Amino acid sequence: MKHLLSIDELTVDDVREILRITPSFAEVAQRRIAKVPALRGQTVALLFYEDSTRTRLSFEVAAKRLSADTLNVSVSTSSVNKGESLRDTAETIEAMGIDAVVVRHRSSGVPWQLTKWVDAAVINAGDGWHQHPTQALLDCYTLQQQLGDLSGSHIVMVGDIKHSRVARSDVSALTMLGAEVTLVAPPTLLPPAIDTWPVHTSTDIDASLASADAVYLLRMQSERQNEALIPDLREYTTLYGLTASRAASLSSTVPIMHPGPMNRGVEIAADVPNLGQVVVVDQVRNGVAVRMAVLFKLLGSGAADLPILTPHPSAVAAAV
Amino acid sequence: MSEPVLIRGGIVFDGTGSRRADIGVSNGIIVDPADAPTSAKVIDATECVVSTGLVDLHAHLGEPGDEAAETMATAGRAAVLGGFTTVLAMPNTLPPVDSAAVVEHVRVLAEAALCNVEPAGTITVGGQGKHLAPLGELAAVGVRFVSDCGPGVQDPLLLRRALEYAKPFDLTIAQPANCEALSVGAQMHEGEWSSRLGLTGSPAEAEEIMVMRDISLARLTGVRVHFQTLSTASSFAMVGAAQRSGVRVSAEVASHHLLLSDADVADYDTNKKVEPPFRPAADVDAARSAVGDQLVDCVVSDHTPHTTDRKERPFDHAEVGSIGLETALAVALSADIAIEDVLRAMSWRPAELLGVGGPAVRNLTVGSIADITVIDPKEKFTVSNSLQQSAGTNGAFEGSTLRGTVRATLVGGDLVVDEGIVTK
Repeated sequence: MKHLLSIDELTVDDVREILRITPSFAEVAQRRIAKVPALRGQTVALLFYEDSTRTRLSFEVAAKRLSADTLNVSVSTSSVNKGESLRDTAETIEAMGIDAVVVRHRSSGVPWQLTKWVDAAVINAGDGWHQHPTQALLDCYTLQQQLGDLSGSHIVMVGDIKHSRVARSDVSALTMLGAEVTLVAPPTLLPPAIDTWPVHTSTDIDASLASADAVYLLRMQSERQNEALIPDLREYTTLYGLTASRAASLSSTVPIMHPGPMNRGVEIAADVPNLGQVVVVDQVRNGVAVRMAVLFKLLGSGAADLPILTPHPSAVAAAV
Repeated sequence: MSEPVLIRGGIVFDGTGSRRADIGVSNGIIVDPADAPTSAKVIDATECVVSTGLVDLHAHLGEPGDEAAETMATAGRAAVLGGFTTVLAMPNTLPPVDSAAVVEHVRVLAEAALCNVEPAGTITVGGQGKHLAPLGELAAVGVRFVSDCGPGVQDPLLLRRALEYAKPFDLTIAQPANCEALSVGAQMHEGEWSSRLGLTGSPAEAEEIMVMRDISLARLTGVRVHFQTLSTASSFAMVGAAQRSGVRVSAEVASHHLLLSDADVADYDTNKKVEPPFRPAADVDAARSAVGDQLVDCVVSDHTPHTTDRKERPFDHAEVGSIGLETALAVALSADIAIEDVLRAMSWRPAELLGVGGPAVRNLTVGSIADITVIDPKEKFTVSNSLQQSAGTNGAFEGSTLRGTVRATLVGGDLVVDEGIVTK
């Protein structure tokens, strides 16, 4: 594995392996000095063409806990709009001798284009509507914590599937692990040729929730009203939102997930996020551990049983 | 005057059929090989097809206005290396070809090209789709084809008026078929692959609705509509049905639509971002059959040169189009279309539609103008930016191995390509 671009480019064994080693990295976070020297001397560039505080921070914390140096490259939207060549940016970063590029871009496909121009490992942190593989891995990890083996479990994903990289990545990863996925959305917010996806679809959220083992809500953006995809947000909430009464109908063992940031009052009623079965904070916490596992897989020595995860020398010194 | 040439040992294909024959050329005219001067340069055409020169009804040549991407000189070299002796230059230039003055300017620029260049005009002023361009003035300076390029004329009333008004001028109204409103923001074909790749798609119906509409307008006005670069199975079927019912329509397909499908866009190679977009494999098969079954009249290059920086961008910011003059013939042959179908669609029929030179360019008979292409239909080659003549760097077939090379091209008797190399 040289890059992490898409869940579709991973085998089921790759996915299982990352999920298997993730707890070792989660354990590092529990330490008094949460840092190991696994990637000491390596540099990870965070190339974010689109604002995303939580994903960028998550990767940065993950890299730092592995002792990698991080380099924040925030590329202004204006330079993209001015038509700055993607290749120029890539080659500039490459010239600085970095080991991995974590890239977020509003255009689908950019991570693939980067691999043509840089030797470094490329990690896709979200490209357009296309893929967000570390989100899918952290979601699978979180679901496994809640449900155990995902084989045969029924995951109901609700919202704007069409414009969602989270949906595309999660559907691939969840079905790879044997889960049944139902996508609930107005027909205008389903991608074209949905019959070629390995999922069930429904426009009846109540019927779908009745058999759900977990519920995953996607962010609903108000722009969709302007594109005639939905009449208005109020109607969306009525037909597809996780209202208080719908949440109350769920068993308390059914986890409720969301990639964040939530639009309270739209896809999720204002008080629902306070329910005990909402695992959004677990998703964020697990995100760091999963990203540590991914960085280690791509940049680490490849040692099978992670002997490198010994405490950082400074931690040893501090303990003495 | 150009040196005399004797093309020996090939199989001659022209509008009258095929035969084993030698061809003599002297003073720009085809002569009896027995009458060729003894000093004539001999071209060995063993194993080769000797055809009337190829005619491309759809190419963007850069000039005027986009000299950074292509000039008449570089496009002309690309054209003759691809076997084309005549190219119809699309009018969406800077300035657009919407007046006699610009037509004359294009003709002056075209003197730098090794092939014949016929300027096309726009249907509306500036190609903006608002007001009719002076079609009578354009026709008076020899323009035979008009097109607005881009998505084509969207307003059905304006297109109706153009068809009616053009009647006395023997002008062909050419239309790309793309309903702009249904393909807003589109980066590729809408379907399984756009769904997977997270790119906005344009459905086949965005093309088919316009084909349907413009067939109706051709029927209403009795004036021929020429469809540019059709790409879907239903479009080909509708054109065929219209022709059978006597409606005057003609159509072309871009060579790249004979070989590439939407699945080929999966690597986000922006050189494969074209308009209309690459369609599913079933449409590619339909396009190939449409050439053989004569549902489409012509195979065109849709040569669209760009500088590197316009393609080295995120997919949704990259410009549309691929170069094609040097690969169009090889792509058609590599798509396993029979040689006589390829030559009909790339030489005789487009020559007829363009009306250049009358029957002369469609036959290699004594006394005809010597526009000739010598083709080795079996020889394979690998497409490489570094070997091409076009200044455009955006080839959808970069790195592909294709079959069918041009050994020699004569334009008006002038040997401009010899042994696969541009001589000038």
